[in-house]
Amino acid sequence: MVITRERRTTGTGVSVARPDGVPKVRGEFAFASDLWMEGMLWGHTLRAPHAHARIVSIDPSGALRVPGVHAVLTADDVPGRATFGLVVPDQPVLAGDVVRFAGEAVAVVAAEHPELARQAAAAIRVEYEPLAPLVDAELALGAEPIHPDGNVYRQLVIRRGDAAAHGPIAVEGEYEVGMQDQAPLGPEAGLAVPADDGGVELFVATQYLHVDREQTAAALGLDPQLVRLTLGGVGGAFGAREDISLQIHLCLLALQTRRPVKMVYSRAESFVGHVHRHPARIRLRHEADRDGRLVRVEGRMLLDGGAYASTSVPVLVNAMSFAAGPYRVPTVDVEGIVVRTNNPPCGAMRGFGAVQACFAYEAQMDRLAAACGVDPVELRLRNAMGPGDEFIFGQRAGASFPLRETIRACTRHPLPEPPVQSREAGAADLPGASGRTTEEHDVRRGIGFAVSVKNLMFSEGHDDLSTAHCRLRDGVVTVTCAAAEVGQGFVTLVHQIAHEVLGVERVVVAPADTSIGDAGSTSASRQTWMSGGAVLAACEAVRDELLDRVARDHAVAAGSLAVRNGSIVGTDGSRGVDLRVEDAIRGVDLEATRVHRHRPTTPLDADGQGEPHVAFAVAAHRAVVDVDVELGLVRVVQVATAQDVGRVLNPLQALGQIEGGIAQGLGLAVMEEVILDQGHIRNASFTDYLVPTALDAAEVLVDFVEVPDPDAPLGAKGIGEPPTISSTPAIVAAIRDATGVPLRRVPVRPSDIVGPSSGS
Amino acid sequence: MADPLSYRIRVNGQSHDVCDAWIGESLLFVLRERLGLSGAKNACEQGECGSCSVFVDGQLVCSCLVLAATVPGAEVVTIEGLTAGGGTALTDVQQAFLDEGAVQCGFCTPGLVMTVHDLLERDTLPSELAVREALAGNLCRCTGYGRILAAVARAASGRAGTNRDSAR
Amino acid sequence: MVDVNFARRRPSSVIALHNVGELRERSVGDVGVTIGAGVTYTELQDRELATAVPALAQAARTVGSPQIRNAGTIGGNIGTASPAGDTLPVLVALDAVVDVQGVGGTREVPIDELFTGPKRTALAAHEVITAVRVPPCRGPQEFLKVGTRNAMIIATVSVALVLDRDARTVRVGLGAVGPVALRAVEAERFAEATIDWDDPVRSADATLLTGFADRVADAARPIDDHRSTAGYRRHAVQILARRALQRACSHG
Repeated sequence: MVITRERRTTGTGVSVARPDGVPKVRGEFAFASDLWMEGMLWGHTLRAPHAHARIVSIDPSGALRVPGVHAVLTADDVPGRATFGLVVPDQPVLAGDVVRFAGEAVAVVAAEHPELARQAAAAIRVEYEPLAPLVDAELALGAEPIHPDGNVYRQLVIRRGDAAAHGPIAVEGEYEVGMQDQAPLGPEAGLAVPADDGGVELFVATQYLHVDREQTAAALGLDPQLVRLTLGGVGGAFGAREDISLQIHLCLLALQTRRPVKMVYSRAESFVGHVHRHPARIRLRHEADRDGRLVRVEGRMLLDGGAYASTSVPVLVNAMSFAAGPYRVPTVDVEGIVVRTNNPPCGAMRGFGAVQACFAYEAQMDRLAAACGVDPVELRLRNAMGPGDEFIFGQRAGASFPLRETIRACTRHPLPEPPVQSREAGAADLPGASGRTTEEHDVRRGIGFAVSVKNLMFSEGHDDLSTAHCRLRDGVVTVTCAAAEVGQGFVTLVHQIAHEVLGVERVVVAPADTSIGDAGSTSASRQTWMSGGAVLAACEAVRDELLDRVARDHAVAAGSLAVRNGSIVGTDGSRGVDLRVEDAIRGVDLEATRVHRHRPTTPLDADGQGEPHVAFAVAAHRAVVDVDVELGLVRVVQVATAQDVGRVLNPLQALGQIEGGIAQGLGLAVMEEVILDQGHIRNASFTDYLVPTALDAAEVLVDFVEVPDPDAPLGAKGIGEPPTISSTPAIVAAIRDATGVPLRRVPVRPSDIVGPSSGS
Repeated sequence: MADPLSYRIRVNGQSHDVCDAWIGESLLFVLRERLGLSGAKNACEQGECGSCSVFVDGQLVCSCLVLAATVPGAEVVTIEGLTAGGGTALTDVQQAFLDEGAVQCGFCTPGLVMTVHDLLERDTLPSELAVREALAGNLCRCTGYGRILAAVARAASGRAGTNRDSAR
Repeated sequence: MVDVNFARRRPSSVIALHNVGELRERSVGDVGVTIGAGVTYTELQDRELATAVPALAQAARTVGSPQIRNAGTIGGNIGTASPAGDTLPVLVALDAVVDVQGVGGTREVPIDELFTGPKRTALAAHEVITAVRVPPCRGPQEFLKVGTRNAMIIATVSVALVLDRDARTVRVGLGAVGPVALRAVEAERFAEATIDWDDPVRSADATLLTGFADRVADAARPIDDHRSTAGYRRHAVQILARRALQRACSHG
């Protein structure tokens, strides 16, 4: 695509440079793991070696004898609420009587050196009575509860239409999605500093400062005002930082030792220290008429939530909402359950439930197309929802729902050229690359297509508002908002909005902290819409006050002035007042705080009907793969996409989001899985948890479909999640096309492709 | 822990005394926690991600896999040493990363900048596949590498242009 | 170092060898190739070594990343004795000899006697590997490695094949399909007897290729682990063996 669409260099719609770009390329940007303070101690966490066990006793005396150790804390040392959790507080801050997953935190220590802290943790003697772990989600329903809250987080049905309606063409399949890890490059890290007023300052990499504060303050037994959080530089998030990891532990240690305490998880610890994408088993039956128009969808979804609730409930609501995708379906009967097991807890990851559903429904759409003898793209167009059409949960798509346009735009991208010359073994663009497994004649090319839909913002009645403050003084705008910048570029957007509204070049984005009101989570594709909306409103309020004052000072009618190109001019274009913004009202702070709220939503009713979601975004992906069919090796050659973005605010950043999201979708398609054995993670490292390298990432072609959403403050939709959702099924469809193997599970392993011929 | 040891290492042209260190400390740890040079990042501590890439005697290596106590006598260059003099000076590679939108969270960025400098020193106009292979040891979780490849292409063509100009 | 970072080892002393120049020497001559233990994977791909022992260079290219190849050494790969060590099937196929030095003097250990199990060697506690020597060998060499990612990957299966046209021998080494890098002796004997050494291109028919590949698969002793399954490994080693021999024969 062509990035530069106009010659403007600032404002929205232009590829403005990131304000944090220079320090980041120079290595000077302070990530949470880079924080350092004179006299600080190092924290370390002792974690349970069992997936399920009763704690008989904990003896910390060995740890206390290690020189340089300043604190050893266990469950008994948690002064406030003993548990935390995003939706329900069901997870112990430190396990006291029972551990429910392998890697659960049991004790924390603080010492002068990280190696001493590790040694001290190893010297804590914990006696466990191992219990049988519940690791099969299917068995969780009938099993003895492994937690006082029971083994079912939520069970729901979506039922609508004529129950007796059936179609002459039916396809049925069972699909499985493995456990994916967000694997942000930056490990969990933070620094807690005890304050003189009995409170604590916490610098931490997180997605959601205010909910961290709420949970931390509860555990510490402190007034939330005494727990002050500031965002440390965040090395990627993707859902992994929405839950509490080390926040409470750090504050406990700092308050106990009266010293600053820093903690950084190792990669192995990170794998048990944050939640994962829910593994899912999904059975779907699609019935259609002979033209492929859907008549009925029924099925069942089972999600493994792991040991604690985290966001399991909303993940299931999303998965169920999109059980049939963005298609018109008159009759629906789907059941969904998310259960508790002794596997690692699952929660938020980019795509949040929509990923699992999409892999299943898009595989079904391909099978239906084959059964009806209809082209897969045509089948999707025939069933595609448009504005005003009802989802299976009864809500209508809004005015911005350009699904057909998106599908068509995606198909218009050029296909990759066939290789100019026959590639030899070792060519880096062949499957197996430098492994020299594969030559041109071993390769079959396949093409696959998939479509997705995702809700934006929190659902089912959540009022996930955002707050922003804007101050203008002598031509410098300072914007404060607690929205967490995790790499997505929100700080750039703040610059763009402030510049566009107030016309000044000098924009300061204040550190995100809890001194201002809640901005909600950097998740659910919501910050551009919600915090972008709050920043816009705050900047507009300041601009309006500025214009009012200037109008008064110049004795012109209120409302007759506007800001254009950094100047205050008449709305009629007259130059009656022609004043640079930085020269107007000097020496005075003009400021405003504004809260943005989205329209209210409702919980699903007993039949799974309601108005649960705020807004939607759709995307389409077409994947081209080269497969060495004999060995089952895959190289994704190209992923072409069109995405419904509402409006492009920063083309370069939007492109980066989409390319990055596709790489994560590619990872789930062909390599990424947390492998569990009786609840223990077998591949908790970057050696064995494989994320795509530069040689695995595909060429990406992007087209933005711009139909501004009238409800969106900037017309723009969040764009982070859709690329991750339908890229996975498109790639798997392409592998099916190349190999003829049904492939019902992701990630697709080489052994899945070679199948029975492998003799296994 | 074993008896503490003290030694002197050279980083970015300057000598630094490392005092009372544990022998098991990696070069990455010493750079970050003892010398305050936190540009090299810790993301995997086993050489799988490239975030900690530095030059030791001109060789690009993962500093997490180098025992710091073995480094005396060698010249270490970190991301901080690429633009000596401080301020806001940028190398051509760093500028290209900004121009092409190759930076998101930025955690992998210093390591990638080091790797791209190493690549372009050895191969002035690498093919896209050669770039992909050279960057395969630097994991990026945000960008999907598209903008990074564009940045490398921009930096490489910039150098080619400079060479052409100087050849005239 | 990874073990130290992960607190699996806590050294009280360390001997640094990277400044011992003798360990970084290499020579290519009529008596074969000698490679110092401190020669890096990057250096194994230098023109002279890559011409003399192409399969070793091919294997070295698949090790990790540029950063790893700059730091990692062939001596380290041998000493670690991982069943998946990338150069090991090549060294096994080349009948390499490892020079070992200890407090009691020096000794030579044939490579297939050095490995006693996964990550276990016949080295005594006081011994270090100083060099590895490869006898002269004229003929095509192939190294193929399967992993589940297109770069930066530990071998799921690897195969090294060395044809010695003068001695009319076939040697095959297998990686990641046994506790140590394995030889497939039956397959070697079969191939040696079946190849038309005067016209290898023509002799590369289904009888030769399939017979060889089947025998290689029989020699494999793969296991299930978190990286792959025994069934897939046995399947893949067969495919790799067939492709390796086909390519080697096509060199004429």
